[in-house]
Amino acid sequence: MWLSKSHRVLPGFGLSLGYTMTILTLLLILPLVACLFKVATLTPAQFLGAVWTERARATYLLSFGASFVAALINVAIGLLLAWVLVRYNFWGRRFLDSMIDLPFALPTAVAGLVFSSLLVEKGWYGQFLVPLGIKGAYSRLGIVIVLVFVGLPFVVRTVQPVLESLEGDTEEAAAMLGANRWQTMWRILLPALRPSLMTGFALSFARGLGEYGSVIFISGNIQYKTEIAPVLIVERLEQFAYAEATAIAVVLMGMSLVSLALVNWLERRSRKYAS
Amino acid sequence: MHPSSMRTKKSAGRMVADEPLWLRVLLISLAFAVIGFLILIPLAYVFKQAFANGWNGFVKNLWHDADTRHSIWLTMTVAPLAVLFNTIFGLAAAWTITRFKFPGRTLLTTLLDIPFAISPVVVGLMFVLLFGMQGYVGPTLREWGIKVIYSWPGLVLATTFVTLPFVARELIPLMESLGDEEEVAAVSLGANPWQLFWRITLPNIKWGLVYGIIQCNARAIGEFGAVYVVSGHIAGETDTMPLRVEKLFQEYNNPGSYAVASILTLMALATLLGKYVLEQYIARQMAADTEE
Repeated sequence: MWLSKSHRVLPGFGLSLGYTMTILTLLLILPLVACLFKVATLTPAQFLGAVWTERARATYLLSFGASFVAALINVAIGLLLAWVLVRYNFWGRRFLDSMIDLPFALPTAVAGLVFSSLLVEKGWYGQFLVPLGIKGAYSRLGIVIVLVFVGLPFVVRTVQPVLESLEGDTEEAAAMLGANRWQTMWRILLPALRPSLMTGFALSFARGLGEYGSVIFISGNIQYKTEIAPVLIVERLEQFAYAEATAIAVVLMGMSLVSLALVNWLERRSRKYAS
Repeated sequence: MHPSSMRTKKSAGRMVADEPLWLRVLLISLAFAVIGFLILIPLAYVFKQAFANGWNGFVKNLWHDADTRHSIWLTMTVAPLAVLFNTIFGLAAAWTITRFKFPGRTLLTTLLDIPFAISPVVVGLMFVLLFGMQGYVGPTLREWGIKVIYSWPGLVLATTFVTLPFVARELIPLMESLGDEEEVAAVSLGANPWQLFWRITLPNIKWGLVYGIIQCNARAIGEFGAVYVVSGHIAGETDTMPLRVEKLFQEYNNPGSYAVASILTLMALATLLGKYVLEQYIARQMAADTEE
Protein backbone atom coordinates (compact mmCIF):
# COMPACT_ATOMS: atom_id res chain seq x y z
CA MET A 1 0.00 0.00 0.00
CA TRP A 2 1.14 3.53 -0.67
CA LEU A 3 0.07 4.89 2.69
CA SER A 4 3.03 4.62 5.01
CA LYS A 5 2.42 2.88 8.32
CA SER A 6 2.45 5.89 10.63
CA HIS A 7 0.29 7.93 8.30
CA ARG A 8 -2.47 5.37 8.23
CA VAL A 9 -3.07 6.03 11.92
CA LEU A 10 -4.38 9.57 11.43
CA PRO A 11 -8.06 10.01 10.59
CA GLY A 12 -9.72 12.06 7.92
CA PHE A 13 -7.77 11.15 4.79
CA GLY A 14 -10.83 10.37 2.69
CA LEU A 15 -12.78 13.36 3.97
CA SER A 16 -10.06 15.98 3.61
CA LEU A 17 -8.82 14.72 0.26
CA GLY A 18 -12.37 14.46 -1.04
CA TYR A 19 -13.23 17.95 0.14
CA THR A 20 -10.03 19.48 -1.25
CA MET A 21 -10.48 17.81 -4.61
CA THR A 22 -14.16 18.77 -4.83
CA ILE A 23 -13.42 22.44 -4.19
CA LEU A 24 -10.46 22.45 -6.55
CA THR A 25 -12.50 20.77 -9.27
CA LEU A 26 -15.49 23.10 -8.93
CA LEU A 27 -13.57 26.30 -8.43
CA LEU A 28 -10.40 25.76 -10.44
CA ILE A 29 -10.54 22.92 -12.93
CA LEU A 30 -14.11 23.36 -14.16
CA PRO A 31 -13.66 27.07 -15.01
CA LEU A 32 -10.35 26.32 -16.76
CA VAL A 33 -12.03 23.58 -18.81
CA ALA A 34 -14.88 25.97 -19.64
CA CYS A 35 -12.25 28.38 -20.94
CA LEU A 36 -10.75 25.76 -23.24
CA PHE A 37 -14.22 24.65 -24.42
CA LYS A 38 -15.06 28.20 -25.34
CA VAL A 39 -11.83 28.64 -27.30
CA ALA A 40 -12.47 25.32 -29.06
CA THR A 41 -15.63 26.79 -30.61
CA LEU A 42 -13.41 29.09 -32.68
CA THR A 43 -11.86 27.95 -35.96
CA PRO A 44 -8.07 28.40 -36.12
CA ALA A 45 -8.58 31.39 -38.40
CA GLN A 46 -11.05 32.98 -35.98
CA PHE A 47 -8.68 32.31 -33.09
CA LEU A 48 -5.81 34.03 -34.86
CA GLY A 49 -8.14 36.84 -35.85
CA ALA A 50 -8.94 37.39 -32.19
CA VAL A 51 -5.51 37.06 -30.60
CA TRP A 52 -3.17 38.36 -33.30
CA THR A 53 -4.63 41.70 -34.32
CA GLU A 54 -2.35 44.69 -34.26
CA ARG A 55 -4.17 46.05 -31.24
CA ALA A 56 -3.89 42.75 -29.35
CA ARG A 57 -0.19 42.46 -30.15
CA ALA A 58 0.36 45.97 -28.80
CA THR A 59 -1.32 44.98 -25.52
CA TYR A 60 0.83 41.83 -25.11
CA LEU A 61 3.96 43.79 -25.78
CA LEU A 62 3.01 46.45 -23.25
CA SER A 63 1.84 43.99 -20.58
CA PHE A 64 4.97 41.91 -21.01
CA GLY A 65 7.35 44.87 -21.27
CA ALA A 66 5.94 46.89 -18.38
CA SER A 67 5.83 43.84 -16.08
CA PHE A 68 9.37 42.91 -17.08
CA VAL A 69 10.78 46.38 -16.42
CA ALA A 70 8.82 46.71 -13.16
CA ALA A 71 10.08 43.30 -11.98
CA LEU A 72 13.68 44.28 -12.79
CA ILE A 73 13.31 47.52 -10.83
CA ASN A 74 11.83 45.48 -7.99
CA VAL A 75 14.88 43.21 -7.98
CA ALA A 76 17.14 46.25 -7.49
CA ILE A 77 14.93 47.91 -4.87
CA GLY A 78 14.23 44.60 -3.17
CA LEU A 79 17.90 43.74 -2.87
CA LEU A 80 18.64 47.16 -1.39
CA LEU A 81 15.79 46.96 1.14
CA ALA A 82 16.54 43.37 2.16
CA TRP A 83 20.23 44.20 2.58
CA VAL A 84 19.59 47.27 4.71
CA LEU A 85 17.00 45.49 6.86
CA VAL A 86 19.12 42.39 7.53
CA ARG A 87 22.59 43.85 7.84
CA TYR A 88 22.16 47.21 9.55
CA ASN A 89 20.66 48.21 12.83
CA PHE A 90 19.17 51.67 12.74
CA TRP A 91 16.38 53.78 14.15
CA GLY A 92 13.11 52.96 12.39
CA ARG A 93 14.20 49.57 11.07
CA ARG A 94 11.15 47.71 12.33
CA PHE A 95 8.85 50.41 11.03
CA LEU A 96 10.47 50.20 7.61
CA ASP A 97 10.18 46.43 7.68
CA SER A 98 6.46 46.54 8.47
CA MET A 99 5.68 49.17 5.84
CA ILE A 100 7.13 47.01 3.07
CA ASP A 101 4.08 44.75 3.29
CA LEU A 102 1.67 47.61 2.61
CA PRO A 103 1.34 46.87 -1.13
CA PHE A 104 0.09 43.38 -0.22
CA ALA A 105 -2.45 44.77 2.22
CA LEU A 106 -3.62 47.84 0.31
CA PRO A 107 -6.32 47.35 -2.36
CA THR A 108 -4.67 47.95 -5.72
CA ALA A 109 -7.45 50.34 -6.73
CA VAL A 110 -6.29 52.68 -3.96
CA ALA A 111 -2.73 52.49 -5.24
CA GLY A 112 -3.85 53.33 -8.78
CA LEU A 113 -5.98 56.22 -7.53
CA VAL A 114 -3.22 57.76 -5.43
CA PHE A 115 -0.42 57.44 -7.97
CA SER A 116 -2.56 58.88 -10.74
CA SER A 117 -3.30 61.92 -8.52
CA LEU A 118 0.32 62.30 -7.47
CA LEU A 119 1.72 62.13 -11.00
CA VAL A 120 -0.65 64.46 -12.88
CA GLU A 121 0.72 67.87 -13.78
CA LYS A 122 -0.53 69.55 -10.62
CA GLY A 123 0.07 66.57 -8.32
CA TRP A 124 2.69 66.37 -5.58
CA TYR A 125 5.14 64.47 -7.79
CA GLY A 126 3.92 65.75 -11.16
CA GLN A 127 4.67 69.40 -10.43
CA PHE A 128 8.35 68.51 -10.29
CA LEU A 129 8.44 65.72 -12.87
CA VAL A 130 6.23 67.06 -15.65
CA PRO A 131 8.39 70.20 -16.26
CA LEU A 132 11.33 67.78 -16.68
CA GLY A 133 9.36 66.00 -19.39
CA ILE A 134 8.55 63.00 -17.19
CA LYS A 135 4.85 62.30 -17.61
CA GLY A 136 3.74 59.69 -15.13
CA ALA A 137 -0.03 59.92 -15.51
CA TYR A 138 -1.72 58.36 -18.54
CA SER A 139 1.55 56.96 -19.83
CA ARG A 140 3.49 53.74 -19.98
CA LEU A 141 5.79 55.07 -17.27
CA GLY A 142 2.78 55.33 -14.97
CA ILE A 143 1.99 51.66 -15.57
CA VAL A 144 5.54 50.69 -14.63
CA ILE A 145 5.34 52.82 -11.45
CA VAL A 146 2.16 51.19 -10.16
CA LEU A 147 3.48 47.73 -11.06
CA VAL A 148 6.65 48.48 -9.07
CA PHE A 149 4.43 49.42 -6.12
CA VAL A 150 2.24 46.34 -6.42
CA GLY A 151 5.19 43.93 -6.71
CA LEU A 152 7.50 45.65 -4.22
CA PRO A 153 7.26 43.17 -1.31
CA PHE A 154 7.91 40.02 -3.39
CA VAL A 155 11.67 40.37 -3.87
CA VAL A 156 12.28 41.75 -0.36
CA ARG A 157 10.41 38.86 1.25
CA THR A 158 12.13 36.15 -0.82
CA VAL A 159 15.67 37.56 -0.41
CA GLN A 160 15.42 38.54 3.29
CA PRO A 161 15.38 35.01 4.81
CA VAL A 162 18.26 33.88 2.57
CA LEU A 163 20.34 36.87 3.54
CA GLU A 164 19.56 36.22 7.21
CA SER A 165 20.73 32.62 6.90
CA LEU A 166 24.05 33.61 5.31
CA GLU A 167 25.30 35.10 8.60
CA GLY A 168 28.37 36.57 6.94
CA ASP A 169 30.65 33.60 7.66
CA THR A 170 31.56 32.97 4.05
CA GLU A 171 32.03 36.67 3.45
CA GLU A 172 34.37 36.93 6.40
CA ALA A 173 36.34 33.95 5.16
CA ALA A 174 36.53 35.48 1.70
CA ALA A 175 37.72 38.78 3.16
CA MET A 176 40.38 37.03 5.23
CA LEU A 177 41.62 35.25 2.13
CA GLY A 178 42.16 38.65 0.59
CA ALA A 179 39.01 39.26 -1.43
CA ASN A 180 37.88 42.86 -1.68
CA ARG A 181 34.30 44.08 -1.21
CA TRP A 182 33.37 43.81 -4.89
CA GLN A 183 34.81 40.34 -5.25
CA THR A 184 32.90 39.16 -2.19
CA MET A 185 29.75 40.76 -3.51
CA TRP A 186 29.96 39.25 -7.00
CA ARG A 187 31.51 35.88 -6.22
CA ILE A 188 30.00 35.00 -2.85
CA LEU A 189 26.83 36.91 -2.17
CA LEU A 190 25.22 37.16 -5.56
CA PRO A 191 25.43 33.44 -6.44
CA ALA A 192 23.92 32.59 -3.07
CA LEU A 193 21.12 35.10 -3.51
CA ARG A 194 20.42 34.41 -7.17
CA PRO A 195 17.71 31.74 -6.75
CA SER A 196 15.74 33.91 -4.35
CA LEU A 197 16.16 36.97 -6.56
CA MET A 198 14.76 34.96 -9.46
CA THR A 199 11.79 33.73 -7.45
CA GLY A 200 11.06 37.29 -6.41
CA PHE A 201 11.40 38.46 -10.00
CA ALA A 202 9.03 35.75 -11.23
CA LEU A 203 6.39 36.52 -8.60
CA SER A 204 6.57 40.23 -9.26
CA PHE A 205 6.45 39.67 -13.03
CA ALA A 206 3.47 37.31 -12.87
CA ARG A 207 1.63 39.71 -10.61
CA GLY A 208 2.30 42.56 -13.02
CA LEU A 209 1.14 40.61 -16.05
CA GLY A 210 -2.30 40.07 -14.54
CA GLU A 211 -2.67 43.36 -12.69
CA TYR A 212 -5.77 45.35 -13.58
CA GLY A 213 -7.14 47.38 -10.67
CA SER A 214 -4.27 49.81 -10.28
CA VAL A 215 -3.35 50.13 -13.96
CA ILE A 216 -6.74 51.31 -15.24
CA PHE A 217 -6.55 54.40 -13.04
CA ILE A 218 -3.20 55.57 -14.30
CA SER A 219 -2.89 54.31 -17.87
CA GLY A 220 -5.78 56.17 -19.48
CA ASN A 221 -6.32 52.99 -21.53
CA ILE A 222 -5.36 54.52 -24.89
CA GLN A 223 -5.41 51.97 -27.74
CA TYR A 224 -2.00 51.01 -29.10
CA LYS A 225 -0.35 53.17 -26.43
CA THR A 226 -1.32 52.41 -22.86
CA GLU A 227 -3.78 49.53 -23.21
CA ILE A 228 -2.73 46.37 -21.33
CA ALA A 229 -3.98 42.87 -22.18
CA PRO A 230 -6.46 42.56 -19.25
CA VAL A 231 -8.11 45.82 -20.34
CA LEU A 232 -8.59 44.43 -23.84
CA ILE A 233 -10.17 41.29 -22.37
CA VAL A 234 -12.64 43.37 -20.38
CA GLU A 235 -13.44 45.47 -23.42
CA ARG A 236 -14.19 42.38 -25.54
CA LEU A 237 -16.35 41.03 -22.72
CA GLU A 238 -18.34 44.23 -22.51
CA GLN A 239 -19.12 43.82 -26.22
CA PHE A 240 -20.26 40.26 -25.43
CA ALA A 241 -17.51 38.81 -27.68
CA TYR A 242 -16.99 35.98 -25.18
CA ALA A 243 -15.03 33.61 -27.42
CA GLU A 244 -12.61 36.34 -28.51
CA ALA A 245 -12.13 37.53 -24.94
CA THR A 246 -11.42 33.95 -23.88
CA ALA A 247 -8.92 33.48 -26.71
CA ILE A 248 -6.94 36.52 -25.56
CA ALA A 249 -7.21 35.29 -21.96
CA VAL A 250 -5.76 31.91 -22.97
CA VAL A 251 -2.81 33.63 -24.66
CA LEU A 252 -2.22 35.75 -21.54
CA MET A 253 -2.40 32.67 -19.31
CA GLY A 254 -0.02 30.83 -21.61
CA MET A 255 2.48 33.68 -21.46
CA SER A 256 2.26 33.77 -17.70
CA LEU A 257 2.67 29.99 -17.28
CA VAL A 258 5.56 29.74 -19.77
CA SER A 259 7.49 32.55 -18.12
CA LEU A 260 6.88 31.11 -14.65
CA ALA A 261 8.06 27.69 -15.83
CA LEU A 262 11.12 29.25 -17.45
CA VAL A 263 12.10 31.13 -14.31
CA ASN A 264 11.46 28.01 -12.24
CA TRP A 265 13.86 26.09 -14.47
CA LEU A 266 16.50 28.84 -14.34
CA GLU A 267 16.12 29.03 -10.57
CA ARG A 268 16.63 25.30 -10.12
CA ARG A 269 19.68 25.41 -12.39
CA SER A 270 21.30 28.27 -10.51
CA ARG A 271 20.48 26.61 -7.19
CA LYS A 272 22.31 23.49 -8.31
CA TYR A 273 25.15 25.67 -9.53
CA ALA A 274 25.32 27.55 -6.24
CA SER A 275 25.56 24.48 -4.04
CA MET B 1 6.54 30.13 -3.94
CA HIS B 2 4.73 32.20 -1.36
CA PRO B 3 6.99 34.92 -0.08
CA SER B 4 4.95 36.56 2.61
CA SER B 5 4.99 33.62 4.99
CA MET B 6 5.20 34.42 8.63
CA ARG B 7 8.70 35.33 9.56
CA THR B 8 10.01 35.00 13.02
CA LYS B 9 12.96 37.29 12.79
CA LYS B 10 16.18 36.77 14.59
CA SER B 11 16.62 39.65 16.96
CA ALA B 12 19.72 41.63 16.02
CA GLY B 13 21.95 38.81 17.15
CA ARG B 14 24.64 39.42 14.66
CA MET B 15 24.94 42.35 12.38
CA VAL B 16 27.71 42.33 9.84
CA ALA B 17 28.35 45.98 9.18
CA ASP B 18 31.91 46.42 8.07
CA GLU B 19 31.01 48.70 5.20
CA PRO B 20 32.38 52.22 5.61
CA LEU B 21 30.04 54.56 7.43
CA TRP B 22 29.26 56.74 4.40
CA LEU B 23 28.12 53.70 2.44
CA ARG B 24 25.92 52.50 5.27
CA VAL B 25 24.33 55.94 5.65
CA LEU B 26 23.83 56.15 1.89
CA LEU B 27 22.13 52.76 1.63
CA ILE B 28 19.88 53.39 4.63
CA SER B 29 18.89 56.80 3.27
CA LEU B 30 18.12 55.24 -0.11
CA ALA B 31 15.91 52.66 1.58
CA PHE B 32 14.00 55.38 3.43
CA ALA B 33 13.69 57.40 0.21
CA VAL B 34 12.23 54.42 -1.68
CA ILE B 35 9.72 53.64 1.08
CA GLY B 36 8.96 57.33 1.50
CA PHE B 37 8.13 57.98 -2.14
CA LEU B 38 6.43 54.69 -2.86
CA ILE B 39 4.56 54.12 0.39
CA LEU B 40 4.58 56.85 3.04
CA ILE B 41 3.80 59.91 0.91
CA PRO B 42 1.00 58.10 -0.99
CA LEU B 43 -0.45 57.05 2.39
CA ALA B 44 -0.40 60.61 3.68
CA TYR B 45 -1.96 61.81 0.43
CA VAL B 46 -4.95 59.48 0.80
CA PHE B 47 -5.87 60.97 4.15
CA LYS B 48 -5.14 64.53 3.09
CA GLN B 49 -7.54 64.18 0.16
CA ALA B 50 -10.17 62.32 2.18
CA PHE B 51 -10.25 65.13 4.75
CA ALA B 52 -9.80 67.98 2.26
CA ASN B 53 -13.25 69.29 3.25
CA GLY B 54 -12.81 68.55 6.92
CA TRP B 55 -14.38 65.86 9.03
CA ASN B 56 -17.91 66.83 8.00
CA GLY B 57 -17.09 66.58 4.32
CA PHE B 58 -15.58 63.18 4.93
CA VAL B 59 -18.65 61.89 6.77
CA LYS B 60 -20.94 63.35 4.12
CA ASN B 61 -19.02 61.68 1.29
CA LEU B 62 -18.98 58.40 3.07
CA TRP B 63 -22.31 58.12 4.78
CA HIS B 64 -24.76 60.33 2.92
CA ASP B 65 -24.17 58.51 -0.34
CA ALA B 66 -26.47 55.48 -0.43
CA ASP B 67 -24.39 53.67 -3.09
CA THR B 68 -21.21 54.13 -1.11
CA ARG B 69 -22.92 52.88 2.02
CA HIS B 70 -24.11 49.83 0.13
CA SER B 71 -20.59 49.13 -1.17
CA ILE B 72 -19.22 49.14 2.39
CA TRP B 73 -21.91 46.74 3.51
CA LEU B 74 -21.27 44.48 0.49
CA THR B 75 -17.52 44.30 1.09
CA MET B 76 -18.16 43.51 4.76
CA THR B 77 -20.31 40.56 3.67
CA VAL B 78 -18.37 39.18 0.71
CA ALA B 79 -14.88 39.27 2.22
CA PRO B 80 -15.72 37.33 5.44
CA LEU B 81 -17.57 34.69 3.41
CA ALA B 82 -14.57 34.18 1.12
CA VAL B 83 -12.26 34.05 4.15
CA LEU B 84 -14.49 31.47 5.85
CA PHE B 85 -14.48 29.22 2.76
CA ASN B 86 -10.74 29.51 2.37
CA THR B 87 -10.09 28.79 6.04
CA ILE B 88 -11.98 25.51 5.81
CA PHE B 89 -10.36 24.75 2.47
CA GLY B 90 -6.90 25.65 3.76
CA LEU B 91 -7.26 23.38 6.78
CA ALA B 92 -8.48 20.47 4.64
CA ALA B 93 -5.81 20.95 1.98
CA ALA B 94 -2.98 21.30 4.52
CA TRP B 95 -4.16 18.24 6.45
CA THR B 96 -4.29 16.17 3.25
CA ILE B 97 -0.94 17.32 1.91
CA THR B 98 1.13 17.26 5.10
CA ARG B 99 -0.31 14.24 6.91
CA PHE B 100 -0.69 11.66 4.13
CA LYS B 101 1.36 10.33 1.29
CA PHE B 102 -0.58 9.59 -1.85
CA PRO B 103 -0.02 9.67 -5.60
CA GLY B 104 -0.64 13.14 -7.01
CA ARG B 105 0.38 14.92 -3.81
CA THR B 106 2.89 17.12 -5.64
CA LEU B 107 0.34 17.85 -8.35
CA LEU B 108 -2.13 18.95 -5.71
CA THR B 109 0.44 21.31 -4.20
CA THR B 110 1.11 22.77 -7.65
CA LEU B 111 -2.61 23.23 -8.33
CA LEU B 112 -2.81 25.38 -5.19
CA ASP B 113 -0.46 27.93 -6.79
CA ILE B 114 -2.47 28.35 -9.98
CA PRO B 115 -4.60 31.28 -8.74
CA PHE B 116 -1.36 33.27 -8.39
CA ALA B 117 -0.57 32.74 -12.08
CA ILE B 118 -3.95 33.75 -13.49
CA SER B 119 -4.95 37.35 -14.02
CA PRO B 120 -7.94 38.25 -11.83
CA VAL B 121 -9.68 39.53 -14.96
CA VAL B 122 -9.34 36.06 -16.50
CA VAL B 123 -10.75 34.55 -13.30
CA GLY B 124 -13.81 36.74 -13.67
CA LEU B 125 -14.09 35.77 -17.34
CA MET B 126 -14.03 32.05 -16.50
CA PHE B 127 -16.94 32.46 -14.11
CA VAL B 128 -18.89 34.46 -16.67
CA LEU B 129 -18.34 31.61 -19.16
CA LEU B 130 -19.75 29.14 -16.65
CA PHE B 131 -22.47 31.08 -14.89
CA GLY B 132 -23.34 33.94 -17.25
CA MET B 133 -26.64 34.10 -19.14
CA GLN B 134 -24.91 32.66 -22.22
CA GLY B 135 -22.75 30.41 -20.06
CA TYR B 136 -22.60 26.64 -19.75
CA VAL B 137 -24.64 26.31 -16.56
CA GLY B 138 -25.90 29.87 -16.07
CA PRO B 139 -29.26 29.47 -17.85
CA THR B 140 -30.08 26.28 -15.92
CA LEU B 141 -29.28 27.92 -12.59
CA ARG B 142 -31.36 30.88 -13.62
CA GLU B 143 -34.36 28.60 -14.15
CA TRP B 144 -33.93 27.48 -10.56
CA GLY B 145 -33.88 31.12 -9.53
CA ILE B 146 -30.17 31.33 -8.77
CA LYS B 147 -28.36 34.36 -10.13
CA VAL B 148 -24.57 34.16 -9.89
CA ILE B 149 -23.16 36.70 -12.33
CA TYR B 150 -24.09 40.35 -11.66
CA SER B 151 -25.00 39.25 -8.15
CA TRP B 152 -23.35 38.58 -4.80
CA PRO B 153 -22.76 34.81 -5.23
CA GLY B 154 -20.52 35.65 -8.20
CA LEU B 155 -18.61 38.13 -6.06
CA VAL B 156 -18.06 35.51 -3.37
CA LEU B 157 -16.98 32.89 -5.94
CA ALA B 158 -14.51 35.21 -7.68
CA THR B 159 -13.06 36.47 -4.39
CA THR B 160 -12.72 32.92 -3.05
CA PHE B 161 -10.86 31.84 -6.18
CA VAL B 162 -8.39 34.70 -6.04
CA THR B 163 -7.65 34.19 -2.33
CA LEU B 164 -7.75 30.37 -2.44
CA PRO B 165 -4.05 29.69 -1.72
CA PHE B 166 -3.53 32.12 1.17
CA VAL B 167 -4.50 30.04 4.23
CA ALA B 168 -3.28 26.74 2.74
CA ARG B 169 0.12 28.22 1.78
CA GLU B 170 0.59 29.46 5.34
CA LEU B 171 -0.41 26.16 6.98
CA ILE B 172 1.43 23.67 4.75
CA PRO B 173 5.03 24.63 5.67
CA LEU B 174 4.03 25.10 9.31
CA MET B 175 2.36 21.68 9.64
CA GLU B 176 5.19 20.05 7.73
CA SER B 177 7.75 21.43 10.18
CA LEU B 178 5.64 20.49 13.21
CA GLY B 179 5.47 16.85 12.14
CA ASP B 180 2.75 14.42 13.07
CA GLU B 181 4.19 12.73 16.18
CA GLU B 182 1.92 14.47 18.65
CA GLU B 183 -1.11 13.67 16.53
CA VAL B 184 -0.17 10.02 16.08
CA ALA B 185 0.41 9.74 19.85
CA ALA B 186 -2.98 11.30 20.58
CA VAL B 187 -4.74 8.88 18.26
CA SER B 188 -2.99 5.86 19.70
CA LEU B 189 -4.07 7.06 23.16
CA GLY B 190 -7.65 6.97 21.92
CA ALA B 191 -8.42 10.53 20.84
CA ASN B 192 -11.30 10.80 18.41
CA PRO B 193 -10.98 13.03 15.31
CA TRP B 194 -12.87 15.84 17.02
CA GLN B 195 -10.58 15.84 20.05
CA LEU B 196 -7.55 15.47 17.83
CA PHE B 197 -8.40 18.61 15.88
CA TRP B 198 -9.48 20.84 18.77
CA ARG B 199 -6.94 19.74 21.39
CA ILE B 200 -3.81 18.94 19.39
CA THR B 201 -3.78 20.24 15.84
CA LEU B 202 -5.55 23.57 16.24
CA PRO B 203 -3.60 24.78 19.32
CA ASN B 204 -0.37 23.99 17.46
CA ILE B 205 -1.23 25.85 14.29
CA LYS B 206 -3.51 28.61 15.61
CA TRP B 207 -1.10 31.54 15.10
CA GLY B 208 -0.18 30.42 11.60
CA LEU B 209 -3.87 30.09 10.87
CA VAL B 210 -4.59 33.59 12.19
CA TYR B 211 -1.73 34.95 10.09
CA GLY B 212 -3.09 33.27 6.96
CA ILE B 213 -6.58 34.58 7.70
CA ILE B 214 -5.30 38.15 8.11
CA GLN B 215 -3.59 38.03 4.71
CA CYS B 216 -6.50 36.29 3.03
CA ASN B 217 -8.86 38.92 4.41
CA ALA B 218 -6.75 41.84 3.18
CA ARG B 219 -6.63 40.41 -0.31
CA ALA B 220 -10.36 39.58 -0.27
CA ILE B 221 -11.27 43.16 0.66
CA GLY B 222 -9.04 44.61 -2.04
CA GLU B 223 -9.88 42.28 -4.92
CA PHE B 224 -10.66 44.27 -8.04
CA GLY B 225 -10.20 42.63 -11.44
CA ALA B 226 -12.19 39.46 -10.82
CA VAL B 227 -15.10 41.18 -9.10
CA TYR B 228 -15.06 43.94 -11.71
CA VAL B 229 -15.87 41.35 -14.37
CA VAL B 230 -18.44 39.23 -12.52
CA SER B 231 -20.23 42.11 -10.80
CA GLY B 232 -21.29 44.06 -13.87
CA HIS B 233 -20.23 47.08 -11.81
CA ILE B 234 -23.76 48.12 -10.79
CA ALA B 235 -23.79 50.99 -8.27
CA GLY B 236 -25.86 50.27 -5.19
CA GLU B 237 -26.10 46.59 -6.11
CA THR B 238 -22.84 44.83 -6.91
CA ASP B 239 -20.21 47.52 -6.35
CA THR B 240 -17.76 46.57 -3.60
CA MET B 241 -15.59 49.24 -1.97
CA PRO B 242 -12.68 49.05 -4.45
CA LEU B 243 -15.15 49.16 -7.36
CA ARG B 244 -16.84 52.14 -5.74
CA VAL B 245 -13.48 53.92 -5.59
CA GLU B 246 -13.14 53.46 -9.34
CA LYS B 247 -16.69 54.52 -10.17
CA LEU B 248 -16.47 57.72 -8.12
CA PHE B 249 -13.11 58.46 -9.78
CA GLN B 250 -14.69 58.02 -13.22
CA GLU B 251 -17.48 60.38 -12.19
CA TYR B 252 -14.87 63.02 -11.25
CA ASN B 253 -16.01 62.77 -7.63
CA ASN B 254 -12.50 62.75 -6.18
CA PRO B 255 -13.47 63.60 -2.57
CA GLY B 256 -15.96 60.71 -2.57
CA SER B 257 -13.43 58.37 -4.11
CA TYR B 258 -10.78 59.30 -1.55
CA ALA B 259 -13.22 58.94 1.34
CA VAL B 260 -13.77 55.27 0.41
CA ALA B 261 -10.07 54.83 -0.35
CA SER B 262 -9.16 56.13 3.11
CA ILE B 263 -11.33 53.48 4.79
CA LEU B 264 -9.64 50.80 2.67
CA THR B 265 -6.25 52.25 3.63
CA LEU B 266 -7.16 52.14 7.32
CA MET B 267 -8.07 48.47 6.89
CA ALA B 268 -4.68 47.85 5.24
CA LEU B 269 -2.88 49.59 8.11
CA ALA B 270 -4.87 47.49 10.58
CA THR B 271 -3.72 44.40 8.67
CA LEU B 272 -0.08 45.47 8.96
CA LEU B 273 -0.51 46.19 12.67
CA GLY B 274 -2.11 42.79 13.21
CA LYS B 275 0.75 41.04 11.43
CA TYR B 276 3.32 43.03 13.40
CA VAL B 277 1.75 42.25 16.77
CA LEU B 278 1.49 38.57 15.84
CA GLU B 279 5.13 38.37 14.73
CA GLN B 280 6.31 40.05 17.94
CA TYR B 281 4.19 37.73 20.06
CA ILE B 282 5.51 34.62 18.33
CA ALA B 283 9.11 35.82 18.52
CA ARG B 284 8.69 36.34 22.27
CA GLN B 285 7.11 32.91 22.69
CA MET B 286 9.93 31.27 20.78
CA ALA B 287 12.48 33.07 22.91
CA ALA B 288 10.66 31.87 26.04
CA ASP B 289 10.63 28.32 24.67
CA THR B 290 14.37 28.23 24.10
CA GLU B 291 15.03 29.60 27.60
CA GLU B 292 13.14 26.75 29.24
